[in-house]
Amino acid sequence: MKICVLVKEVPDAGVRKRIDSATGRLDRGGERTLNPYDTHAIEAAMALREGGVVEVTEIVAVTMGPEGAARALHKAVSLGADRSLHLCDEALAGSDVAATGYALAAVLGREQPDLVLLGQQSDDGECYTVGAIVADHLRMPSLTQVIKLDVLDGALRCERQAEYGYDTVEVELPAVVSVGDAINEPRYPSLKAIMGAKKKPLQTLSAADVGIDPGRVGAEGAGAVWSGALEPPAKAAGRMIEDEDTDATVAEIIAWLQARKLI
Amino acid sequence: MADMLVYALHYEGAFNKNSLGAVSEGARVAAALGGEAHAVVVGDSATDELCAQLGRYGASRVLRVPGPEGLAQPVVDAMAALFAARGYSYALFGGGLLGFEIGAGLAARLGAGVAMEVTGVRVEEGRLLAERPILGDSAISLITFKGERGIVIGRLNAFEASEGGGEAAVEEVSVSFEDFSTRARMVSRGEQRGESVDIEGADILVAGGRGLGKAESFALCTDLAAALGPASAVAATRAVVDAGWYPYAGQIGQTGKTVAPKLYVAAGISGAIQHKVGMAASENIVAINKDANAPIFEFSDLGVVGDLNKILPKLTAALRARRDGGA
Repeated sequence: MKICVLVKEVPDAGVRKRIDSATGRLDRGGERTLNPYDTHAIEAAMALREGGVVEVTEIVAVTMGPEGAARALHKAVSLGADRSLHLCDEALAGSDVAATGYALAAVLGREQPDLVLLGQQSDDGECYTVGAIVADHLRMPSLTQVIKLDVLDGALRCERQAEYGYDTVEVELPAVVSVGDAINEPRYPSLKAIMGAKKKPLQTLSAADVGIDPGRVGAEGAGAVWSGALEPPAKAAGRMIEDEDTDATVAEIIAWLQARKLI
Repeated sequence: MADMLVYALHYEGAFNKNSLGAVSEGARVAAALGGEAHAVVVGDSATDELCAQLGRYGASRVLRVPGPEGLAQPVVDAMAALFAARGYSYALFGGGLLGFEIGAGLAARLGAGVAMEVTGVRVEEGRLLAERPILGDSAISLITFKGERGIVIGRLNAFEASEGGGEAAVEEVSVSFEDFSTRARMVSRGEQRGESVDIEGADILVAGGRGLGKAESFALCTDLAAALGPASAVAATRAVVDAGWYPYAGQIGQTGKTVAPKLYVAAGISGAIQHKVGMAASENIVAINKDANAPIFEFSDLGVVGDLNKILPKLTAALRARRDGGA
């Protein structure tokens, strides 16, 4: 089984995110890290490899983004991927989620994986949608927000929480599956793996290399257009207590509840 | 003139509340665009009688498509076929897991733009404008669509279901599904894990999140709820339920329940959007978390930065002493 894992770099959770007021795009400056949900996708690929039920021949990490996005690939290979692909092209800047899914599908189409894994959402855009978009372009069955994955003969048995409780769904391969953070506990890369990561093959691809139609990507190709911003309705700031003396903190909480007749 | 196609999710003979909200929102927006809102229902268990109910919420026509239930891709096929045959301009979803999957798949199929997590839809100069809160709700982006089509995926509970509509004509439409759309098969649906707990009727909820650290610490929430009196119940986040610390029936948020109690105590909950959509309407929110940067503090009325293991037992003891003392 050949697995491709989609990864992306996101602002570190500690960084205050902001929007460029001229373009409406997320300001992608500041400290960056591999999207935490993607580490679960890589771990899921490693679990399949180490599980012994199916032979995993290759795990390929794939990303799209500017030059620096290759850092996400370094992290991905240090966590176990064998090689990586970086789709990097000026023409892709400003792509919306639909165009991003189309472009990633173009890379994946050349690789012919049996399984595409990705994190169910990213820390910057909180989209659940890339997996479903990629799957439609690849004409593969797809499931998002999966928290348990078992290999059957030529298929996967997936569990997820949906609108009415837990669903169990069998998906034939090849397929696109996005995973939630409850699926596993990602490993930490060893020092040796981090040192070895830079030696694993990394191929940089342009939009033309994978046959992307330039009219369908970038700001020009975006079907959804940012056309302004609004201030959200102001909410009065809540009262904050820093717990130093817990007895005093508890007395304050009780007084607050009493004043509002909640107790 | 621009017509809208709204997806309505049903299960065991009833529509999902968010779908009803989406139908009402679709009807309002379609009227402003000079068009009609039609609803699409996919599944072998949907009856004409059930589908006709959507007329009350504003759908002028309901398209019932026989097919598999609970999976997104057959619905993408159905909606794409309807767009091709009937020239809809916009598709609208009430959110939830299937709404995201179907909306995204449809955007890919139609080559249309998609706006997600939308909390409001307006019409200005004949154009649809979607409002999407971003960056932890600290700003709202306005999204418009290029071209003739657009997909709008609402945030959970963003659209209000309103009755007062009329009759809807129900029409059966057959769709041939793509081969890949039938390569996923539902084995079991809607499994309720853990015992049944009632959180929707409670005036006070004590909700526990991953910050509790371990399953055993959930007792801190149970004890606090007991000390807060008989109108209290214990709830949980998805992370905690998926980890098996608390029953699914007590889960709040995107794929759980939506509540609005008088008092909501969030213990060890970071306050991600997926949780927030299920409890933000609570009258009073008290949050206790050791991370001062947790998003929950941006919408709590009383925020306490500190260690749950120290604060909760003392708070429980103080409430008990107060009750026992008759104060």
